[in-house]
Amino acid sequence: MSATTTPPELTEPAGSSWTATVTAPRRGGDRWFGLASHGAGVAVVALVTLVGVFLVSQAIPALSKNEANFLTSREWSVGGDNPRFGILEMLWTTTTASIIAMAIAVPIGVCVALFITEYAPQWLRRPAATLVDLLAAVPSIVYGLWGLIIFRPVVRPLEDWLSTRLGWLPLFAPTGITGGTIMFIGVVLAIMILPIVTAISREVFAQTPTTHKEGALALGATRWEMIRTAVLPFGKPGVISAAMLALGRALGETIAVTFIVSTLAAGSDWTWSMLSGGETFASRIANNAAEFDSPQKTGAFIAAGLVLFILTFVVNAIARVVIERRKAFTE
Amino acid sequence: MSATSAAETAEARGTPLSRLVAARRAAYRADVVTDDPPQLTRGSASRRLTDQVARVVMWASFGLAMVPLVWILGTVVARGYELLLASSWWTLSQRNINAADVGGGAVHAIQGTLIQAAVTAAISVPLGIFTAIYLVEYGRGRLARAVSFMVDILSGVPSIVAALFVYAVWVTTFGFQRIGFAVCLSLVLLMIPVVVRSTEEMLKLVPNGLREGSYALGVPKWITITRIVLPTAFSGIVTGVMLGLARVMGETAPLLILGPYTKSIATNLFDGYMPTLPTMINQDRTEIGLDSAMERMWAAALTLILIVLALNLVGRWAARRSSVRR
Repeated sequence: MSATTTPPELTEPAGSSWTATVTAPRRGGDRWFGLASHGAGVAVVALVTLVGVFLVSQAIPALSKNEANFLTSREWSVGGDNPRFGILEMLWTTTTASIIAMAIAVPIGVCVALFITEYAPQWLRRPAATLVDLLAAVPSIVYGLWGLIIFRPVVRPLEDWLSTRLGWLPLFAPTGITGGTIMFIGVVLAIMILPIVTAISREVFAQTPTTHKEGALALGATRWEMIRTAVLPFGKPGVISAAMLALGRALGETIAVTFIVSTLAAGSDWTWSMLSGGETFASRIANNAAEFDSPQKTGAFIAAGLVLFILTFVVNAIARVVIERRKAFTE
Repeated sequence: MSATSAAETAEARGTPLSRLVAARRAAYRADVVTDDPPQLTRGSASRRLTDQVARVVMWASFGLAMVPLVWILGTVVARGYELLLASSWWTLSQRNINAADVGGGAVHAIQGTLIQAAVTAAISVPLGIFTAIYLVEYGRGRLARAVSFMVDILSGVPSIVAALFVYAVWVTTFGFQRIGFAVCLSLVLLMIPVVVRSTEEMLKLVPNGLREGSYALGVPKWITITRIVLPTAFSGIVTGVMLGLARVMGETAPLLILGPYTKSIATNLFDGYMPTLPTMINQDRTEIGLDSAMERMWAAALTLILIVLALNLVGRWAARRSSVRR
């Protein structure tokens, strides 16, 4: 803006008091607005605190009546005068399925992100990114249906083959489970978390300084060598945090797992096999929603929910720490 | 970070890049000594092979990622589209229609889903935007750190835990019924962090010069925020809200615990059960042997995908129109 167009209102009118006419009447609005935003912040803090307090206070009475060890027992009978329940089996299923999902989704997700940022022709980059994001837009209940009805029969022969060839390994020991196995849950979860891994990795890869990339190429590096020496080292913290956020999502996924999971009969033998069934925290809670009729039963399920909450919290916290470190480095 | 400092830090840390630099220097010297022309564009055969393999792997990964997308969408469309073409799907409910019967519609479930999403948004959008304004424009010190931390926790809360919490408060403690509004409360818990984080990102992108210019003209802070900062970030905020809505609409876990299904139209959030698309799918899933129920289930799934997809598209469209971008 040139000097000749300086708005005349800027000069103080003669004989008027600037502060009195302009600032004073608006101070009230300022105060209310500030109060509202502070209030919203405080409300969020209060809300999360409430969640914690309520869950703990509901879980404690049930836990104190529990006659089995909560952490190491595989039983789950929450009713009656002598409730016996533990989380060992759910913990095993939840973590194993999530780790399988990570083992599949992280490498593929990183490759897809590299494809979108480095390999795809320019015209394809945006549509490709949108298509992968579409996977995240599919509601999880649809994954559950598709997994249960369409995908399960396809994976089944593969699992049979694994158990006949590698059955001597405890991980692939045949179990006779025909419904959703832990491995199958892992595969479906992998598809569900793939867009998360891809989206975050894509963003950090795109931020690789062009000087690094051009430097590598100018030294005669092939495209892959450029990625290995410039893009991947730069994006590593981002990929780690992406993997952690995805893991948090996989641990807590409810409805798709509830649809495809095979519930084991009470008292069945312990097995290390990934081809066995078993419930995750979320699916057990969702499957037994009808049982929430007494505070004691509800409390037991809330205790399981608390463990899930702590698990996802720890995983997310790790992701945050990695992201913060990276910020400190780049900015 | 400037370009030179980036290269320097890379070298100082002994990154692969600096090792590559060293290797190429050595190779260049060797070339000079033996009087061979330096090979600048073509590496050795094994390096070129690795490069080709990597290229194939990247394309294959993308292809692999597209398989489930095409498969899922294809399945849902192929099995569910017929019912959607009938006008009754959009005008009738499932009242007095048994699982084995054909007919009826999904308007009760569509209405329920939309009403719950609207009420969820009405609660969480103002709260989320004000929280983001607090974090960006006001927040200093301890409270701001606490708020930011709590939002992080909230964004990691699994939907089933949010549902359990509302159940513990609403049903176990206060003894209320499982009504539509209780579902909304648990969805609010899931939507707030999405709105806060995306709004916060957008507000941070608004150039400080705009704020300073406004203050310099004597405009009070709250008018600066409502007239300058929020309009500048508006489409970005809309995007966040749309994506948040898309997420909560597809949520099923809270509905399983707090919102039992019913076949009739129910629009009262505060009385009686309220049907939604996810619970309708869940209901028909239990009748897995019946063709009529299966068709209805896929059709409901397709309807849900279409609604969620529409919200996503609106969100993306708003992001593209945004005056501030990442």
